[in-house]
Amino acid sequence: MSRKQMSVALLALSLSIFSVGCKKPAPVAVKTPSAPTPEAPPPPAKLAPAIRSFAVEPTSIIAGQSANLVWGVDNADSVSISGGIGSVPSTGTRSVSPASTITYRLSATGPGGTTERSVTLSVSAPPPPPRETPRATAAKSLTEMVTSMLADVYFDYDKSDVREDGRSQLNKNAEALRQIFAAHPSGIVTVEGHCDERGSAEYNLGLGDRRSSSVKEYLVNLGLSGDRLKVISYGNEKPVCSVASEDCYQKNRHAHFSAN
Amino acid sequence: MVKLSGGQQATIAIPDFRGSGEAQAWMPLINLTLFEGVQAGGLFKMAPKSFFPLTVPQQPQDWKAPVGGRSMGPWLTDWSGATVKANYMAIGYTAVQNGQLVLFGWLFDVTQADVANAQMFGKVYLGSIDEAGATKIAREFAADILARFGAKSLIGSSIYFVSNRSGSKEIWSMDFDGANQKQLTRFNSICITPALSLDNSKLAFTSFLKGSPGITVMTADAKRRLSFSNPESSVVTAPEFSPDGKLMLLSTKIGGGFSNVFSANVDGSNLKRITTARAVETEPKINPKNSSEVLFVSGRSGQGQVYRMNMDGANIERLTDGTGQAANPSWHPGGQIMAMSWNRGFEPGNFNIFMMEAAKRELTQLTHGAGRNVNPVWGPDGLHIAFCSTRSGSTQIWTMLADGTQLKQLTTTGRNEMPVWTH
Repeated sequence: MSRKQMSVALLALSLSIFSVGCKKPAPVAVKTPSAPTPEAPPPPAKLAPAIRSFAVEPTSIIAGQSANLVWGVDNADSVSISGGIGSVPSTGTRSVSPASTITYRLSATGPGGTTERSVTLSVSAPPPPPRETPRATAAKSLTEMVTSMLADVYFDYDKSDVREDGRSQLNKNAEALRQIFAAHPSGIVTVEGHCDERGSAEYNLGLGDRRSSSVKEYLVNLGLSGDRLKVISYGNEKPVCSVASEDCYQKNRHAHFSAN
Repeated sequence: MVKLSGGQQATIAIPDFRGSGEAQAWMPLINLTLFEGVQAGGLFKMAPKSFFPLTVPQQPQDWKAPVGGRSMGPWLTDWSGATVKANYMAIGYTAVQNGQLVLFGWLFDVTQADVANAQMFGKVYLGSIDEAGATKIAREFAADILARFGAKSLIGSSIYFVSNRSGSKEIWSMDFDGANQKQLTRFNSICITPALSLDNSKLAFTSFLKGSPGITVMTADAKRRLSFSNPESSVVTAPEFSPDGKLMLLSTKIGGGFSNVFSANVDGSNLKRITTARAVETEPKINPKNSSEVLFVSGRSGQGQVYRMNMDGANIERLTDGTGQAANPSWHPGGQIMAMSWNRGFEPGNFNIFMMEAAKRELTQLTHGAGRNVNPVWGPDGLHIAFCSTRSGSTQIWTMLADGTQLKQLTTTGRNEMPVWTH
């Protein structure tokens, strides 16, 4: 073999090595049909797997969001990704949504060995709710909460014991009061006792006090703090209506909750 | 039937007086005030003016005794005789003198045979030349007439009451006849259940100045607050001064339970429990002539009833029969009779005024179903009752004689209630 022939053959070999894996056959730079068959060329070196790409997009997310792993591997018989993903094709994408920062390791194994590459997806905790949100709750004033969450309870004529319907209402009010006191740790809620106009105004001051006290006692028995509940009797001095009918009298025979 | 004045009522004739010159303009007011002032005394039957003779004497020298059976002018028998049938007669006239309105007034017993015996008194009254002066001189003359017959006059007395006409319930006062209504308190709160000390120097009432009902004490003109420390309680109300002015009774709740009757010093110190009941007890009223006797209202037998007890809480007795709801006991100044409101025989809320002779429990009903009638209080004359009634369509203060007659509405503006008469 002349030196010239030899160099041409080497060139062809190197070109062919270079072109391995190309999708399009590499152009043969020199075609020498007459090239003598090299005798027993050395077996081609076993090629290690090549990781063309392994990336995560985006590289940081907020917990709850998802990111895409994208990879491409050559010369591999098996490809796997850590982090609970396992075996994957040599080329692909996978959506992940980890709860915390994680490093994914791609391992490509082929006849030429194993190649690995890692990407890290950083996961940040969800930001605290905007400051406005907790404020909006606190900004719901004691008055607003008391007005919207606590319903009146009603009484029979000249009576101050809490009726059956009043007890079920007070059970609900007790739950609401817990929320109200949680939102307003120093808040005081007033239980107003009211009477219809038929009894004497003087007697009704005492009767209204009994009504508000009965309600307070019932709530304290349900575990609420008596210190947070103030009673006040308005007797018949603050009627909600002034019509001479049982309907109106009943409306006026009530315990009403107000913010102090 | 409880009677306040025995025997048959005498008849009095009060003709219209005349005024000279500038005084003439005030005569309609003076004549009306004099007539109503005497009538309000409840002692006399008023002779109807339409029966009066044409010639009316204006002064003692106008009386002319008949000569030989022939009339020489006005004479006593013209008024005591068959037509008018008066026992007594007031005469007089007015004039303006030295820049003042002057009323010359005389009272005659026209059943007497001659002028010297007939004349009971003659007096000169001076006032400013305006409405106030005209009212004053007429009232004074009326008061003097009534005083001759032993009546303690209402004239000069006033009625404290609760009115919402300013927008919130405040304490107001007015003259006994409804004149001169004026606002005393300006708390923009709820001021109710007024009480006056027997010497009329102190005013106590229930207010909501501290949130829950408490007692406020002031000078009677409400110009100055007096010290009163309320007990720690959700309700302190129904103040009542003892006749000697040293103690106060009140209704409050101490240590849970119900409002009961307590006593305290007038500054609120030295609080002592008087009653113990699992029931609302309120409106303590001390007998003005026997300060060991107390009326009060209690729900201990069901709906509120009127009870009496000793000042120390002993000898509790129910005075009403347990029916309906009774409230607002009020002592007659003589300490023998009480008035109260009670819905006995009527629906809840339809109270009427009753009078009870305390010892015999003899009961007289004074109003009969005309609306809601509550808060009776006695006038200082012991003949009149001021009370609160809805009979005119709104809640107003009225007065009447204690036999239920001579009803007079004193207030018209706003809601007016809980009268208290000066003692």
